[in-house]
Amino acid sequence: MSDFVSDFWNLYVIVIVLGSILACAVLLIVQGKATFTPGKTMGHVWDESLEEYNNPMPKWWSWLFVITVIFALVYLALYPGLGNFKGMLGWTSVGQHKIEVDKMDATVKPLFDKYLAMDVKAVAGDKQAMEMGKRLYLTYCMQCHGADARGAKGFPNLTDSDWLYGGEPEQIKETINNGRMGMMPAHAHLGADTIKELANYVRSLSGLPNDSLLAAKGKEAFQTAGCSGCHGPEATGMQAIGAPNLTDKVWLYGSSEATIIQTINNGRQNKMPAWKEFLGDAKVHLLSAYVTSLSQGK
Amino acid sequence: MIKHEQIEKSVTLLIVLTLLVVLWGGLLEIVPLFFQKSTTTPVEGTKPYDAVRLVGRDVYVREGCFLCHSQMIRPFRAETERYGHYSVAGEYVYDHPFQWGSKRTGPDLHRVGGRYSDEWQRAHLMNPRDVVPESNMPAFAFLANTKAKDSVGADVEKKMEVMRGYANARGIPTYSDEEIKGAKAAIGDMTEMDVLIAYLQGMGTALSTMKQ
Repeated sequence: MSDFVSDFWNLYVIVIVLGSILACAVLLIVQGKATFTPGKTMGHVWDESLEEYNNPMPKWWSWLFVITVIFALVYLALYPGLGNFKGMLGWTSVGQHKIEVDKMDATVKPLFDKYLAMDVKAVAGDKQAMEMGKRLYLTYCMQCHGADARGAKGFPNLTDSDWLYGGEPEQIKETINNGRMGMMPAHAHLGADTIKELANYVRSLSGLPNDSLLAAKGKEAFQTAGCSGCHGPEATGMQAIGAPNLTDKVWLYGSSEATIIQTINNGRQNKMPAWKEFLGDAKVHLLSAYVTSLSQGK
Repeated sequence: MIKHEQIEKSVTLLIVLTLLVVLWGGLLEIVPLFFQKSTTTPVEGTKPYDAVRLVGRDVYVREGCFLCHSQMIRPFRAETERYGHYSVAGEYVYDHPFQWGSKRTGPDLHRVGGRYSDEWQRAHLMNPRDVVPESNMPAFAFLANTKAKDSVGADVEKKMEVMRGYANARGIPTYSDEEIKGAKAAIGDMTEMDVLIAYLQGMGTALSTMKQ
């Protein structure tokens, strides 16, 4: 794309380009007319016996140069290169990209449309759709959730039946479309003792080894310190705000006493980015189905 | 008329003429770019790097991120599907020097802004294998040990002045005096890792989405 600030630069480019090609042509003609005496050397000797003939260039070689000059002119006529001249083919890199995208879209759009019209659960049972979903997953999702979709510390495992924001197809779709903001506030103000008690109580909920005396105290603190506000009085979590169930055996950040104390002390913030605009409906639909399929039968 | 033999025997003449030949190409390939609107004016939504991102960018340069990561999405479907909208020249007007890179050992980063959470970026910089087991990127955990104001941010005002000079030469929006004065305060106690993440999270967001 040429959008020079003034027309001078348009002329500038044209003059230099055509001038250079013309100079090459003139050089070719002048050199073609030079006369040579066969067998005559340049007159200098290197390394005792190394001499140099002054022969003309082979004809086929000169012709190669002629062809490059012609090629340059043809190229400049067809493609953009001469200042603001767009070339007879009207080629642009952006246009080429569009052709490439449109061609692929024509192939895959019927497929995407077919699945878009189907229910997420039905798509999840379609073998071909899941092949496609897997590829989409490996391109856009694996960086956080892992190539095996089992997640990592801080990034949820998608293959189990535990869901922070709900595992119904519609909820999964909502998560992918608009993202999620996970926000557990810091509770350092409770004091180290209370936090240790809370950690022991929370560990007792999922059957992990704990100090039962501390856990009993923690149970009380859980209700009074505000924990139950998000995690629920029974500590079973609240999917509407993504507060995890503390009674199962799934631990996003780790279940050791030290880690839990750290979580309560500093809180946890995490975010799932929104993908709606980037991916569009059809891909989100397929991905929702793929994620649904990962935990099916569990 | 200069003869071939004279050029071969005079080093000075050889250097001068070689230089002329090289300059000739530059006259055509480089100089006109300085006078093209698409290369000199920012794309809508592209803003000068704020103080934090500017020094974060310096961490990026210092650690040689550009050796493995490009910042240039080419207009090919395979790239726009994965990374988003192809890069355009007007997005780089505040990059001195630009970080296009020339090789991708890791993915392109031009539109990495907002792609992952801050927490992911942190975990990934601390040890990439924690989140992407297949990764061969080195860990940059040490970035969390240094305060930005003690290293890259020590002379942030001067850096911003220089950037302002570049922008003024082109007549494009740039920092105000207040922004430069408040630069140190903006960086505050952030670590090198914090400012690097801020830089990454702001990257390529002007044209981040490939509209359907």
